[in-house]
Amino acid sequence: MERLLNAIVAIVFGVGLMLLYFYGSNWLLDRLLPDQGLVNGVFQSREKQRERIRPWLFVGPALVILGVYLVYPAVQTLFLSFHDSDGEAFVGLANYERALGDSRFVESIGNNILWLIFVPTFSVIFGLVIAVLADRVSWGNIAKSLIFMPMAISFVGASVIWKFVYAINPDIGLLNAIYTGGGNESIDVLQIPFWNSFFLMLILVWIQTGFAMVLLSAALRGVPEETLEAARIDGANEVQTFFRIMVPQIMGTIFVVWTTIVITVLKVFDIVLAMTNGNWNTQVMANLMFDQMFRAFDTGYASFLALVIMVAVVPIMVVNIRRMNREEAMR
Amino acid sequence: MSVRMEKVGDTSMQLPLVNMSPGALLARLALLLIVVLWTIPTFGLFISSFRDKDLLAVSGWWTALSVTERGEAARTGTDEDQVEENGAWFIRGEVFPAGEKEVQAFGIRSTEPETWAPGESADLGDGMTLTVQADGRYELRSPVEFDMNRGRRIYFRAAVPPKFTLSNYEEILDTEGVDQAFINTFTVTIPATIIPIAIAAFAAYAFSWTEFPGRQLLFAVVVGLLVVPLQMSLIPLLRMYNQVSHILPFFEAKSYPGIWLAHAGFGLPLAIFLLRNYIAGLPKEIIESARIDGASHFQTFTRLILPLSMPALASFAIFQFLWVWNDLLVALVFLSKDPDQIVMTSQLRELLGSRGDNWEILTSSAFVSIVVPLVVFFALQRYFVRGLLAGSVKGG
Repeated sequence: MERLLNAIVAIVFGVGLMLLYFYGSNWLLDRLLPDQGLVNGVFQSREKQRERIRPWLFVGPALVILGVYLVYPAVQTLFLSFHDSDGEAFVGLANYERALGDSRFVESIGNNILWLIFVPTFSVIFGLVIAVLADRVSWGNIAKSLIFMPMAISFVGASVIWKFVYAINPDIGLLNAIYTGGGNESIDVLQIPFWNSFFLMLILVWIQTGFAMVLLSAALRGVPEETLEAARIDGANEVQTFFRIMVPQIMGTIFVVWTTIVITVLKVFDIVLAMTNGNWNTQVMANLMFDQMFRAFDTGYASFLALVIMVAVVPIMVVNIRRMNREEAMR
Repeated sequence: MSVRMEKVGDTSMQLPLVNMSPGALLARLALLLIVVLWTIPTFGLFISSFRDKDLLAVSGWWTALSVTERGEAARTGTDEDQVEENGAWFIRGEVFPAGEKEVQAFGIRSTEPETWAPGESADLGDGMTLTVQADGRYELRSPVEFDMNRGRRIYFRAAVPPKFTLSNYEEILDTEGVDQAFINTFTVTIPATIIPIAIAAFAAYAFSWTEFPGRQLLFAVVVGLLVVPLQMSLIPLLRMYNQVSHILPFFEAKSYPGIWLAHAGFGLPLAIFLLRNYIAGLPKEIIESARIDGASHFQTFTRLILPLSMPALASFAIFQFLWVWNDLLVALVFLSKDPDQIVMTSQLRELLGSRGDNWEILTSSAFVSIVVPLVVFFALQRYFVRGLLAGSVKGG
């Protein structure tokens, strides 16, 4: 009870302080620059002055927070990537050189490339197939809800769920229950060289397919019925209609889904941390960075790794933001 | 259009499965298979979390509804429990509370637990006999008075009927600190949702409907910040928090206000971007007429813009809420793992590491942590989808 009370006090305090700022600063502005009433028979309003200052009261907190939490740290990270593990001494390109000889780094890059190829591909394919199938059956919406549900679950929660599929004990792990049912010894799929990464990717595909499905399903509904009918009249079968008429028309959405999942993949961290912590050659960039930051306490190298993630993310984000802007302009 | 409608009508009016074309049937089966495959993992966790913890490790959750057989052991009473009847001595009792399970066989050596069937009289030598009934009652009979201060061991094989229990949940709430972590997560999530939205809404209004020098440029910078992944911020922020906590005694490096502001910072670019698009699209006439009537920008914002922007605010709120609730990385960096600060995701990861074999703890904890997002998901699905679509490019 007391803990609940503490939590409520903290929440009210945090939210209240922010509201107090907005109401207080605006009230103060009205007080400090009041209208001066009639001076020499003319009404002196200071409305104009007040409204010139007020926008800054509005954007002020946003600019301060963005400056402190994004601009300054991004610059600082770049700066730190040229420094040693304490972030004190300048070491030039040492961190960059070190990465080339670091087997963990090379391993992470390799795994990240695998993730980048397979997770978006399979998520999009599954999402598209489900979207097409679900539009044809009466229980399609229920099916979609169930497929979409993992999207609400945290990556750690999903990891626990999949622990119960992958567990070695065949009385816990569904996969091993099936595998040993065929007369085999049970195995730890997370330790099979090379393929273990795919078992981790499957978790992310499981989560992201729902996302792909929802977007693609909406796009499919936007395909004009006339084009489909024309194709059928011309004698195209369902499969041909799908690949030649529907897919080309939703290519734009497929691209959006693809890039969005690519960004998610580049930053995947929780799943690897929770399932293998990068052991057995499953390391990825974001987890390696976390590892360097909190276990090796190597500020310089961790900063360099953050920079690598940023460099990978930026081009895709730029494309996405351009597209978002274009869509907004068309609205 | 009409062709398609007729087709659909045809199949659903009559006996659906009989009249369906092989292709349509195949499509349905494929979809059903995918849905089942997708749901099984979550369903398995859900079922497991209600299973008895002893059963959990010896039989799969998919057998939860069937009877499980397993070997057990119990000890009889001692000579203090004996009663004399008709010239013989008896020790009576039960190897488990009556009716809970069913004895299928019993024995007196651990290596031979299936020597006798229930109801049979086992000869223990010296005229002593032991009978164990199927319902768990046993009777030890001896022609002479018992002289033993320790009970005899009974080994038996029991059929355990399906049993569902809330004890896993009781256990984690009592001993694993999950209840506290649950409260902590709310303490992080609610302000970390409200603060960025309010700040972003004010900024979005200023960027849309007010004039100030550098307005376009500053907005371009905000949009540009969308590309910065939060990994870029973590190390310098951590160093900054540590330094500030050395200078200012009341400021702790790991604190709730610290993580609220961090989440606010990481969520702001997207929030401002989305809300500005929405607020800038509101009808110009309404805002101008309010201004002409003498409303200040503050009044226009609070009385007009906020109510009109509710749909956009709600969508982003749901997205941000789920994002913060499900976040692990930011919580690991900006909060300690002490009981008064640890959040659900972090707690779950700790349990995965330290209690990886205590499946009953994992199941129920995981379910407690995902139940809130799932409730939001099923209750507000439409807004949830909208928020997710809008927020999916977040630089998190």
